Amino acid sequence: MHVVVDLTKCEGYAQCAFLAPEAFRMVGDEALMFDPAPPDELREKVLRAAAACPVQALQVDVADLPAPPPVETMAAAKGEPLRREGRIVIVGASLAGLKAAERLRAEGFTGSLTMIGDEPDEPYDRPPLSKQVQLGWAHSADTALPRRREIDADWKRGVAATALDLERNVVSLADGQEVGFDRLLISTGVRARPWPVPQEAALDGVFTIRTQADAAVLRERLMNKPNRVLIIGSGFTGSEMASVCVDLGIPVTVAEAGPAPLVGALGGVIGRISAGIMREHGVDLRTNTRLNSLRGEDGRLRRAQLSDGTTIDVDVAVVALGGIRNVEWLEGSGLAVGVWGVACDAGCRAFDANGLVTDNVFVAGDVARQPQPMFGYQFLSMEHWGNAVTQAEVAAHNMISSGSDRWPHLEVSAFWSLQFGHNIKSVGVPPMADQIAITQGSVESRHFVAAYGYKGRVVGAVSWNQGKWLGFYQQLIEQAAPFPPPYDMIDPPPDRTPVPAEFPEIARPGRDATVVVTGHDPSERRATLVRTARRH
Amino acid sequence: MTEPSLYDQILDFANRADPWPLYEKLRSQPVWQEADGTFVVSTFREIYALQHDPRLSSDLTNLLPEFAAKLPPAQGPGGAPPSFLVSDPPRHDTLRRVAMRQFGPPHRPDLIDKMAPALKAIVTGLIDNLADKQGADLVDDVAYPFPVAVICHLLGVPPEDEPRFSAWVDPIVNALARPTPEQLQARTDARQHMSNYLFELAQRRRAEPGEDMISGYLTDDGPDGRLEGGDLFSTLMLLLVAGHETTVNLITNGWLTLQRHPEVLQRLRTEPGFSIRLVEELLRYEPSVHILPFRTAVADIAIGDTTIRKGHPIAVMLASGNRDPEQFPHPDRFDPDRTDTVHLSFATGIHYCLGAPLARLEAQFALTQLAKRLRNPRVLADPPPYRPSPVLRGPIHLPIAFDEVCPA
Ligand SMILES: Cc1cc2nc3c(=O)[nH]c(=O)nc-3n(C[C@H](O)[C@H](O)[C@H](O)COP(=O)(O)OP(=O)(O)OC[C@H]3O[C@@H](n4cnc5c(N)ncnc54)[C@H](O)[C@@H]3O)c2cc1C
Ligand code: SF4
Repeated sequence: MHVVVDLTKCEGYAQCAFLAPEAFRMVGDEALMFDPAPPDELREKVLRAAAACPVQALQVDVADLPAPPPVETMAAAKGEPLRREGRIVIVGASLAGLKAAERLRAEGFTGSLTMIGDEPDEPYDRPPLSKQVQLGWAHSADTALPRRREIDADWKRGVAATALDLERNVVSLADGQEVGFDRLLISTGVRARPWPVPQEAALDGVFTIRTQADAAVLRERLMNKPNRVLIIGSGFTGSEMASVCVDLGIPVTVAEAGPAPLVGALGGVIGRISAGIMREHGVDLRTNTRLNSLRGEDGRLRRAQLSDGTTIDVDVAVVALGGIRNVEWLEGSGLAVGVWGVACDAGCRAFDANGLVTDNVFVAGDVARQPQPMFGYQFLSMEHWGNAVTQAEVAAHNMISSGSDRWPHLEVSAFWSLQFGHNIKSVGVPPMADQIAITQGSVESRHFVAAYGYKGRVVGAVSWNQGKWLGFYQQLIEQAAPFPPPYDMIDPPPDRTPVPAEFPEIARPGRDATVVVTGHDPSERRATLVRTARRH
Repeated sequence: MTEPSLYDQILDFANRADPWPLYEKLRSQPVWQEADGTFVVSTFREIYALQHDPRLSSDLTNLLPEFAAKLPPAQGPGGAPPSFLVSDPPRHDTLRRVAMRQFGPPHRPDLIDKMAPALKAIVTGLIDNLADKQGADLVDDVAYPFPVAVICHLLGVPPEDEPRFSAWVDPIVNALARPTPEQLQARTDARQHMSNYLFELAQRRRAEPGEDMISGYLTDDGPDGRLEGGDLFSTLMLLLVAGHETTVNLITNGWLTLQRHPEVLQRLRTEPGFSIRLVEELLRYEPSVHILPFRTAVADIAIGDTTIRKGHPIAVMLASGNRDPEQFPHPDRFDPDRTDTVHLSFATGIHYCLGAPLARLEAQFALTQLAKRLRNPRVLADPPPYRPSPVLRGPIHLPIAFDEVCPA
């Protein structure tokens, strides 16, 4: 059977780990690892775990679930020709693509559905690739996403889309086929950014980690006990890989161009905490250090030259330098695409090159770039699992709804990561912030929450082994609440004075709060402009 | 005399059998302020948010003195500090981690899972005892002895000592909401007895440690240190009381509900795995813990048009939230086919019930076995007599009759 845990929702209650300990394991106080493909003999236990999850974050295949009760027929499904017999094409058949397809069927879409994906396999889950898979807890081929609903699609797997013609409304495929559509969803995500020097990137031993195939070869190499691994870049993926190497007892060097790990995502204050943890665990962390070159012998990686003047012997290098958006196939389509992704409105409708919104092309997931009403309507890409899911659901709903039935995607983005036994979660957009304040707990004990503020309002929060509190901070962000939060809280830190958040300088206009967001379900979410500047 | 408030009516024993219409009225306003200064929160989303709100405190020392005076002293007998249930982080987190170390993941991940066969054997044995009879008290014969045997086994309390506990547990539970001075005194006495007993037991386990949790607490040093002194006794007392008083209600309320819904009872006999979802819906529909009466706030908390004042008592109406139509379509319908049910019966946030996995397994096993083995079961008194407590709500007895006990 297939299992996925929505770790954006998971609050670490460990019910699953109690009830099916073979399939779910707590790491540290509250981080969860799960087996994405538990053996069939665990079925009853896994179903018990799924039913018990207090936040219903644990999902299994529909085939494993008891027969669902008859659903009340959707009133809206009647009448509309598009819902009945429209043609919908989804390009990019991974997380966002699958979630959109399931949502379309759930909302009563009965027309034809085509899923186009250039990967040969079923849609699978990527976060385990840098965690469970590398630790040997799950096999890379076994991370297929559970099917939550029958989607009855025409699958075109292992074939890339190569062009989009918006005059004829067809997608061209690498094998020469053309597929026509009434509605198109673009969910082609990002690919790993390779080491920029091709000859060096081609050396045996140099890896990126984005796909099942990437993860499989990397795991194999780690199993062969390399003498030293070099991680290039210490964002989330790089830091997770450093943690894996430590767990596997493999010496590891991390080269980070910035002043600390995670600086881009969480800022310098949190970065220093992360650096401390890495060093405590024996990671050779080199900050403010770039990789100059990779050297090989007989085509195999042997050495790395760093900008600090040292040369180290390594046999494996993991390039963790972020992603490149998969938009090349859209060149010439007339859509508003670029290195920053495909721009769309808050309802996931793509913009054309003129900045006009299309009515039949939608975007979701890592490749999307969407205005954020909570952050001055800036266009942002959120390369997070939970964002891919919620955006896909809103896009799917809007594809088969018209006018006022459409929803805005107003989710406060959330992210999780698991490193060195620590569960790190964030909500909102920390990089927007100019200040940070520890609001609960103690940094020293590594149980704390910090809030991020921009010009006196809360724009983000990060928790370190204290994830159960994040929902509260999400509300503060939605309400454009004052920063630092002006109330007493339990477990106050020794010092909650705001300090500079220390993000790399990027000029960003208009970050001020202009709206508050209300409502809970996607159908209820609404932004309301606030006219008075909030200060306290 | 003024009309009693809704909250008064809920606490009134006369309404124990059917508090649901009162909860429905209560939900017309998410937060009520009582004349005595208590704030009563009853709607799902507000409860959920409140339990994730770091301004909400479980530490009674944060109550204003005029409210604290009416409650049991925060200190236990012999100066034992409050348990983690009535503490805030970081104390709460540390004590709970240490308590968890002997009970579940990550340190003993499969303790409960490995007990499943033993759990089944215990409940099977209890039902075997009914073999020659055609009637029973579901509480005294199954729903009480089952979880109690389990908690005693886990903790390492000799089964022959168990009868003494029920006499101590009742006064503790009865003093949970708005206690009278006499109830407070009875509670203090009971805690004193229990703590004396536990002290002796700990001496024995220290001399001769076994596999049980008490031995673990006495011998095992984790990263947070060992559970010692007053913290040891307050934790043990909490586990013992909770182990005695919650699952018994879940099983009894569950059986009563099944008897009121014969078609569901029939499905339980035949559909494999049905008990898993059934128990989740039972938890929502007839939970054991109805009210969290002991919360307060360390800062004012605005909810809708009302502001909960710092230092005032807060009653969190978990059971009412479970029947909030804003969260659950047709909330008064008992429907085990519901999916994605997020209920409040084990609370939510950092105080989520430590024993939840055990309670779930116990209820699943007990109800399935009863359904399969009792032929033509009937409830002889509906509504049955209830326990006094409005906080931990359930029948004190549930007389039943049946034609025969089928073999296991
Ligand atoms: C190793 C790793 C660890 C991660 N860990 C976390 C984590 O801990 N927490 C978190 O929140 N997020 C994490 N993420 C991010 C998360 O996985 C992504 O946000 C999510 O996968 C995005 O989904 P998507 O469907 O938008 O894109 P993708 O999953 O990238 O899917 C895009 C799909 O489109 C295909 N495609 C591309 N171009 C074409 C084309 N022209 N034609 C047809 N198909 C095409 C791609 O091959 C791919 O299958 C992690 C990602 C990785 C790689
Ligand atoms: S929240 Fe759900 S998935 Fe997460 S640890 Fe708890 S039971 Fe498991």
